[in-house]
Amino acid sequence: MAQNECQIPDTIAIAQGAEVTKEMVDQYNAQSGQMDMDKMWIIMGPQHPFSHGLWTLKICADGEIVTDADPIVGYLHRGWEKEAENRTYPKIIPMADRLCYAASMTYTHLFCMTCEKALGIEVPEKAKYIRIVADEINRLQSHLMWLAAVGTDLGNYTAFLWASREREYWMDMNIRLCGARLTTNYPRIGGVRNDVFDESTRFLRDLYRCCDHFDKSIWELINLIDNNSTFTSRMIGNGIISRERCANLGITGPAARGTGIDYDIRRDDPYDNYDKVDFEVPVLTTGDSYARYMVRMEEMIQSVKIIRQAAKKIEALGEKAPYRLKVPSKIPAGRTFCKLEDPRGESMMYLVSDGSDQPYRLKVRSPIFVNVSSSKDLLEGCRIADVPVIMAMIDMCLGETDR
Amino acid sequence: MSADEFMSWSTAMINDLLSSGTRRTIDKLTGPIWSWAMKNSMHPLHWGLACCALEMAQASASRFDAERYGMIYRSSPRQTDILLVNGWISKKIRNDIRRLWEEMPAPKWAVAMGECAISGGPWYDAYNCVQGLDQIVPVDLYIPGCPARPDAMIDGFMLLQKKIDDYFKRGVFFKD
Amino acid sequence: MAKEVREYKDTWESEIKGLIESKFSGKATVSKTETRRVYVKADRSISFDLCKFLRDDLDFEHCATVIGVDMVDYMQVVYHIDNYTKYKGVVVEVEVDIPNDDLHIESVACLWGGANWHERETWELFGIVFDNHPRLERLLTPENYEFFPFRKSYKLREVQ
Repeated sequence: MAQNECQIPDTIAIAQGAEVTKEMVDQYNAQSGQMDMDKMWIIMGPQHPFSHGLWTLKICADGEIVTDADPIVGYLHRGWEKEAENRTYPKIIPMADRLCYAASMTYTHLFCMTCEKALGIEVPEKAKYIRIVADEINRLQSHLMWLAAVGTDLGNYTAFLWASREREYWMDMNIRLCGARLTTNYPRIGGVRNDVFDESTRFLRDLYRCCDHFDKSIWELINLIDNNSTFTSRMIGNGIISRERCANLGITGPAARGTGIDYDIRRDDPYDNYDKVDFEVPVLTTGDSYARYMVRMEEMIQSVKIIRQAAKKIEALGEKAPYRLKVPSKIPAGRTFCKLEDPRGESMMYLVSDGSDQPYRLKVRSPIFVNVSSSKDLLEGCRIADVPVIMAMIDMCLGETDR
Repeated sequence: MSADEFMSWSTAMINDLLSSGTRRTIDKLTGPIWSWAMKNSMHPLHWGLACCALEMAQASASRFDAERYGMIYRSSPRQTDILLVNGWISKKIRNDIRRLWEEMPAPKWAVAMGECAISGGPWYDAYNCVQGLDQIVPVDLYIPGCPARPDAMIDGFMLLQKKIDDYFKRGVFFKD
Repeated sequence: MAKEVREYKDTWESEIKGLIESKFSGKATVSKTETRRVYVKADRSISFDLCKFLRDDLDFEHCATVIGVDMVDYMQVVYHIDNYTKYKGVVVEVEVDIPNDDLHIESVACLWGGANWHERETWELFGIVFDNHPRLERLLTPENYEFFPFRKSYKLREVQ
């Protein structure tokens, strides 16, 4: 019989004493097996308490198991790249801040690197090390924001509060460095905006103090989550994809390093003196949410190590070392691209310049754009309650997805 | 009495009450109570759009504690008083913002946080951005900043508390 | 079956250049090479075969981007493809010209899943049609938009 036709037994007649025959029972059992009533599209719409940012996730659930997923993005699309064609190069720097607002320093750094490569200039050594320090402070801030969001989503409010508290220390470092908490507007084409690494500001003293404090508090955070077996059992074993599928889908960053891809742009394709600092890259092969979480926690520990080394090198360079070059406002015609290790993955900018002081085409590759597109593969086969866990481990920041 | 008779009796009672000076007395008695309750329990919608949303999250953390003002974020618009829009508004989300506003029960207030929600912000020439929240929804409070610091947001909400106070003391018995 | 990861050697770029130019003689030329970068200019007819060659024979497993560029007289599609194992760290950039009156190019979404949304976005913003793409629909802009915003013919509000 057709899917939507069914013979409902006359329950009123039965209640008033009619006979229940064997044919009725058999027919009812047969038809309930044929009706496909179990698959349902659930729309976790743009306003949803779990969504890290403004997007819609439609999941097709067969009972409790997710069989298909369809993310809808674009709620934050402003045509960033088209607006960048309408601005001069220095004006794009605060715009680049607002691409991924949690990792703003890395996008401005990337833009400045691309412009410097197009101009063919090399920034001074001190500026390179300052950019390393700024990037790593930003990485710590971004990962702590991720941890706070994970805490809120998965019901661990303590993790939210503790991670936010630690994040405040690093935002204070941001304020000391450049004056703003979140969207910093600090790197410039040719170097950085200002230099606070001399004795009078006591910035280095406070930076070391912050690193020492964080060395202890990261272990508090790790113990908080790892000693909580209900929390860890939610993360272990779901969201598993194979290494080949992960590389094919274009997933990069800590999500890929948790799946076995041993690739970190800071180590394998180094930029701006990252080859002169010594750090390890955590890679786990399990491929589940717990691995991605562990990779990020370990990355935070390594970031502190990098900050210490870079700060020592800045001290060794001395106070009078230059930190900014004067650059021409027009970039000669040509094409350049630069890659950088964002806290979320591999971000890239491709610049087509035409000799004027505005770019002809500036394309931004955001890591989350690709990570979100692979949500179907990540979510297939998990339960509905695992959906927030898996998507939280991707660490989304929708501003860079939609641009 | 039957249901119809009760309805006509109660409508007549309420009309008498409203037209006489009883209304002003009740307003004077209850206005301060409503205003004390509403302004100390502002419940915004748990919704973040863009950069200012991160500062909103930091405002509810332990350093700039927003919960001491009674601000608890609610997930469903049916249970909130305040629509806090904290990011740029694209044409795709414009209808949903209006719908969320319509779903909120009165009395309600709309807060535009950050430059993008006030007037479009840095995206003044975007083809996909609405130039300000007041194009969609009647805004009660504007919090400037890019991004608005958490202390600025809390300061704005303290101003909103004064506005709520004023709204109830003006007399709102049976108005909505 | 793990692939072998090799340490960087500076002969890699010329090695890749030789392999590409010998396989697609005439239709794909390497315009320049830098440390860990190979820039290829390819013809539209062999763009898919070149990508397949890069993925299968040279183990370039990660398609980073698919970019559309509107040079007013013609359009371009630029691919950036990364390598994790055999030539670790090398990026190959493939530039393909497309004439304005026939904006079609073969889609590489079946080779790399990462190219799927990038091609969808390029179609939506420029109007370049990717043949055999599984789902070429509007992604970022609202459904009812009918214009291609990133073309040079579309001017923003403040531009005269």
